[in-house]
Amino acid sequence: MIIAEQKPFEEIARMVEIFDKVLILGCNECVTVCLAGGEKEVGLMATSLRLLRKQGDRPIITLEETITRQCEWEYLDQIEKLAEEAECIISMACGVGVQFVAERFPDKWVIPALNTKSAGGSVKHGLWEERCGLCGECILHKTGGLCPVARCSKRILNGPCGGSQNGKCEVKDVDCIWDQIYKKMTIIGKLEQLLEIEPEKDWSKARDGGPRKVVREDVMIYE
Amino acid sequence: MSENKSRLQTLFEQGEFVVTGEIGPPKAATGEGIREHAKHLQGYCDATNLTDNQTAIVRLSSIAAGIHVLRAGMEPIVQMTCRDRNRIAIQSDLLGAYSLGIKNLLCLTGDHQSFGNHPTAANVFDVDSIQLIRMVKRMRDEKVFACGEQIKHDEPRFFIGAVANPFADPFEVRVYRMEKKINAGAQFFQTQIIFDLERFERWMELVRERGLHERAYIMAGVMPVKSAKVASYMQKFVSGMIVPDDMIERLKKAENQQAEAVEICVEQIKYIKNIKGVKGVHIMAVGWEEIVPTIVEKAGLLPRPAVPGVKVAVV
Repeated sequence: MIIAEQKPFEEIARMVEIFDKVLILGCNECVTVCLAGGEKEVGLMATSLRLLRKQGDRPIITLEETITRQCEWEYLDQIEKLAEEAECIISMACGVGVQFVAERFPDKWVIPALNTKSAGGSVKHGLWEERCGLCGECILHKTGGLCPVARCSKRILNGPCGGSQNGKCEVKDVDCIWDQIYKKMTIIGKLEQLLEIEPEKDWSKARDGGPRKVVREDVMIYE
Repeated sequence: MSENKSRLQTLFEQGEFVVTGEIGPPKAATGEGIREHAKHLQGYCDATNLTDNQTAIVRLSSIAAGIHVLRAGMEPIVQMTCRDRNRIAIQSDLLGAYSLGIKNLLCLTGDHQSFGNHPTAANVFDVDSIQLIRMVKRMRDEKVFACGEQIKHDEPRFFIGAVANPFADPFEVRVYRMEKKINAGAQFFQTQIIFDLERFERWMELVRERGLHERAYIMAGVMPVKSAKVASYMQKFVSGMIVPDDMIERLKKAENQQAEAVEICVEQIKYIKNIKGVKGVHIMAVGWEEIVPTIVEKAGLLPRPAVPGVKVAVV
């Protein structure tokens, strides 16, 4: 899933200081699971904003709504009236959601309430970690199911580099994924495979090749 | 093509125990200090490394520094990392470096930018050190660029070096990765700075077991550590290095710490010289370059052999 975390509240408050009626829009997918932008966080944001503005003598009206997914037109269609009422929309979704909202409501000011961090998962309560580098061409079959693109600080493909010590990366607080790959490949009896030189990666499949699209002609609906 | 071989390669091939030094380029637009350092090392080291923005701190470029060294009449080993350039820039710089007379290249992945003075910089790492080594070898032996396109004339013909760190983990992987670098095209190695001689010996055993000492020239990295304070700092803060407590103790107890530092370094070199498979020593006197002649002399490595017929000059 997409991992995100809320921007500092003061930053959000500054972004809406010129507005008096805002729609705070949550998303029921990833950001609900990572406790950043679901129904609960929408409620908290609304209360905090109202309180702050009341203290500052410029009260704000907050409309609250949380939809199934902000990254799909049909769910955004459901909030058309609410969106019309508000001067601006604070999207509490990932960067994808924010952009879908902005595109669906072209005359509305849209404000992002979150910082989108990574594609990953929750490894334990309160800890979310990056797992996928979205490189566009998966190599996990070569690395024992552990991704050096996302999890090596230098994203090197023939690791580990000389900075690996006691399972730790030279970069602070990072586990050395190549140490883990080595151990995994040993367990599954594929160590020899790591001796093969992994050639230069085709980064054109990643973000470096420009914005990416997936096209499935077979499921397209032509009107 | 022997006239094109570097002095460094020629010495290895002649079976000499090779001595190299290291110069860190300045954080300024001048080659004066580099040329001065090169003159100090002249006659004591057979060639000198020029680091490539080491620890991710902006410095005069390693290639330009190599030219200053050539002007001073010494042979450079230019370091090239993968942190700051993609495959286009790397190949372009290599054409330029070779065109100016640089013949030795040391290929590294490079320190992460978070250690340097521009921690918010983007990193490149388009290729890693192993891919870089192979790229340089293919340019030389197959006369092709990384994309496969022919280099129609005047291909760069570098003597290719790499690094190995016997003190990083997992221990056994270090030898595999070295082998991978040899398979990619590495002809000589300089190791990380050695303080833990026992671990280095165990590592060399593994190296010999796989016959790697016969496939590449291995140089042991050493460093004179000026004081107990510096040693403690390195133990705590420099990654990929093992600094034993007893070395720090020995420095602490010494009346003259600098003299003791020289003594320790000389002892290490004498010891390392007798380890089977070690073909030279790389002295990294970071910020203490002026001590190198003393160390080389005390270690009994003088005079340095002459290499008639090899031209050391800017082209």
